[in-house]
This record gives sequence, structure tokens and C-alpha cells, in this order.
Amino acid sequence: MAGFDKVVNTYEEAMAGLEDGMTVIAGGFGICGIPENLINQIKKMGTKELTIISNNCGIDGFGLGVLLEDRQIKKMVSSYVGENKLFEEQLLSGQLEVELTPQGTLAEKMRAAGAGIPAFYTATGYGTDIGKGKDVREFNGRKYILEESIPGDFSIVKAWKADRYGNAIYRNTAMNFNPMAATAGKICVMEVEEIVEPGELDPMYIHTPGIYVDRLIQGTFEKRIEKRTVREG
Amino acid sequence: MALSRDQMAIRVARELQDGYYVNLGIGIPTLVANHVPEGMDVMLQSENGLLGMGPFPTEDQVDPDLINAGKQLVTTAKGASIFSSAESFAMIRGGKVDLTVLGAFEVDVHGNIASWMIPGKLIKGMGGAMDLVAGADNIVVMMTHADKYGNSKLLPQCNLPLTGAGCITQVLTDLAYVEIRDGKFHLVERAPGVSVEEIVEKTAGEMVVPDHVPEIQF
Repeated sequence: MAGFDKVVNTYEEAMAGLEDGMTVIAGGFGICGIPENLINQIKKMGTKELTIISNNCGIDGFGLGVLLEDRQIKKMVSSYVGENKLFEEQLLSGQLEVELTPQGTLAEKMRAAGAGIPAFYTATGYGTDIGKGKDVREFNGRKYILEESIPGDFSIVKAWKADRYGNAIYRNTAMNFNPMAATAGKICVMEVEEIVEPGELDPMYIHTPGIYVDRLIQGTFEKRIEKRTVREG
Repeated sequence: MALSRDQMAIRVARELQDGYYVNLGIGIPTLVANHVPEGMDVMLQSENGLLGMGPFPTEDQVDPDLINAGKQLVTTAKGASIFSSAESFAMIRGGKVDLTVLGAFEVDVHGNIASWMIPGKLIKGMGGAMDLVAGADNIVVMMTHADKYGNSKLLPQCNLPLTGAGCITQVLTDLAYVEIRDGKFHLVERAPGVSVEEIVEKTAGEMVVPDHVPEIQF
């Protein structure tokens, strides 16, 4: 099958073309809904000087945290970091640069990038250090700061199911940043738990339309749990 | 006596109304969920993309794909919905969330809040806190009145980097319920057995005290 078929068969193919110094936009919140295998492929490739746009940087030994082990990340753009020791070490020693961005602003920067909007005004961060040096405008008596969108060279995202055309559905809160991340990269690589034939998914329930997806691969996932909060049954 | 964490949660829960969509911050604010009045329907928003958060799962309900903003495993409540982070912050930024409860390091008489960063300590990030304080109209800050060294956390001007400017109007501490308006704190209620003098003494910013300050009833 060709045409709209986005399926690739190996992770080498999935991440082909990723080069040193590129910007990668990753879906996931904490280690929920992260593209585990695509991250591991980047580790295997040894690509360096990467700028990673992701809400968090994984944990030690899992998720984006593995890219810190060989110092592959130059800069992180995130809303919350520091769940990993290695991250802290590299940050304090100056090997790693971090641009902290409010979570909603980060989501909107991705969404805007994918929607062809170069910048937007938001009240978030006005009057704080985040707003310093940014253009301020008043609308209806309230002050807003100008935030620029963040396009990437690659998007790496994780969905639950997709058809071969890349029409995808996410599962529970593993959706998080994935739909916006999918739209924001020049090349969007999506990994899923199951690939089905076109027509098998109800078009009414597609979260990410296939037009955003360039490469699709089926993988198996560990789905590690960061905080195992369980109550007595 | 200063209020316990649960008593603070009970007092804040009195601000809830039937049909409210509520966002509870990480830490003490999550306790408010345990004190929703009987017969009242409240839906909890978790900013990673869940409206209608249920309790922690039992062992056989555990689903790694279902977590809250604190990265804890949760369940969905009846009538829940799940959406992207952009959608989640659209409803926050759009002012759709009826009540937001969050912790803080400092609050000042101008309604400024500092809650995310202590210079010199490792900076972990603001998460969704800046979006929440900028987007919500109805925010209750829940915190101790003084820090562990006895320094007041209700100040004339925040010292720490701000999370938001001019956005806080209500503060519930372990000693008092305080409103902020016209560049001043206004003492509304006090913890049982705590004197007005003690509260004023432990408040660094200007505090307006009415003739009668009722005790919080439990």
C-alpha cells in the first residue's frame, strides 16, 4: 500500500533524518503517554545537541531521562523538571540549558506552531519573570504578554491506536500533549500500540487526523508508573 | 489553636457550590476533595487533561494511562471527560473553572502570589500554576500563616519571584481567613482560640480588622 499509508517497519526508518542540533517536540506528561521507543531510538542513534520541547524530562533511566545519560540534550523547554538526579547535575554544572515555560503556554506554543500561528497573547506570566522582555498589550483593560509558537524539526508522539493513514486515537490521560506535539514538527513520527486498516476506526472518534502524521510504527510499551497511588479495594 | 490541615480543607470546602468545576493544587489543597458536603456535586479538573477526577484506583483498577496533574494514578468519576493539554488550559485560561485552590510561599496586599521558586534552591518549574492564577477568577490560596522560621507569609510585597500579579483575593491560613482588596489584607475569620492580636502580629502586610472577627466554626 502506498499513497496515504504512513507505516514504517523499523525504528531506524521511523527516526531517519534526525540530526545533531535539531529541535524535537515530544508528547507525554510525566512518563504517561510518552513515545518510549522513539526516545530509545534517539538514544541508540546518539544524536547530540538536541533541543527538546516537552512538559517534563522523564525520570532517571526512563523516558527522556535516558537522553541525559550520553548528554544528548543541549536544551529543554519544559514546565516542570527535576524528577531526575542526572538532570539536576547537568543543570547545575551548566551542561544543560532549561527554558521554563508555563504548562498552558507550552501547550499553546505547540498548538499554535501546528496551526500556522507565529505568536499569541496570553495573561499567563504577565507581571512575573516569564513576562520580562516580552511585548505587553492591553485588551479590554487587562494586560497580556506575547508568546511565540515553537515549531520543531521532528515531533515524536504516542497514541493508542491508528489506522495505516495515521488517523489516531489516544487513551485516557495518555493524550495530554500528544495531539499538539503531533502538529508542531516538520516530520511527525507516531508510535502506537495497534495499527488497524483504514475504515476500522470510526471517523467521528479520531483525535489526530492522519494529515499531521508522516511516519507510523507499532511498538510495545512498558508504561512505567511514576507514582503508584492505590487504595484498598 | 491553629487549624489542622484537615480543618483548613473543611473551611475551604465551604466555598464549594453544587455544580462547581474545581481545580485543586498539589499538596494541602487536594484534601479539600475529602470534604465536599454531602449531596453536593463537584467535578475536579486535573490540568493534564481530565475533568471529573475520581479517587485513587484499587489494585485491579490500576491504569498507567490514567493519572492526575501530580502524576498519581487516579480513576474517572461518572460524567468525566478527557482531553488534550491545550483544551485543558483553554478552559482554565477561558475562566471556565469555578474555583481554584492552591498553595503558596507568599501572598501580598496587592494580590500578588509567589508559589513556584525559591532562588538558590533548585528550580523545578511552575507547571500549570501561572496559567491557573492568570485564568481563574475565583482563587483561594491555602497556606500556613508563617513559614517554619516564624516569618509571615502575608507581606506588604512578595520577596520571591511571582507566579501571578494582582490575582489573589482570598487566603485561608492555619490562623485566619483573609480577603485582599484596596491594597490591604482584611481579616474575616479567625481560627478557634486564636486572638486577633496574634494574627495581626504574624501578618507583615497591613491588615484591616473589623470590630467583630468571628471564629471559624467546626
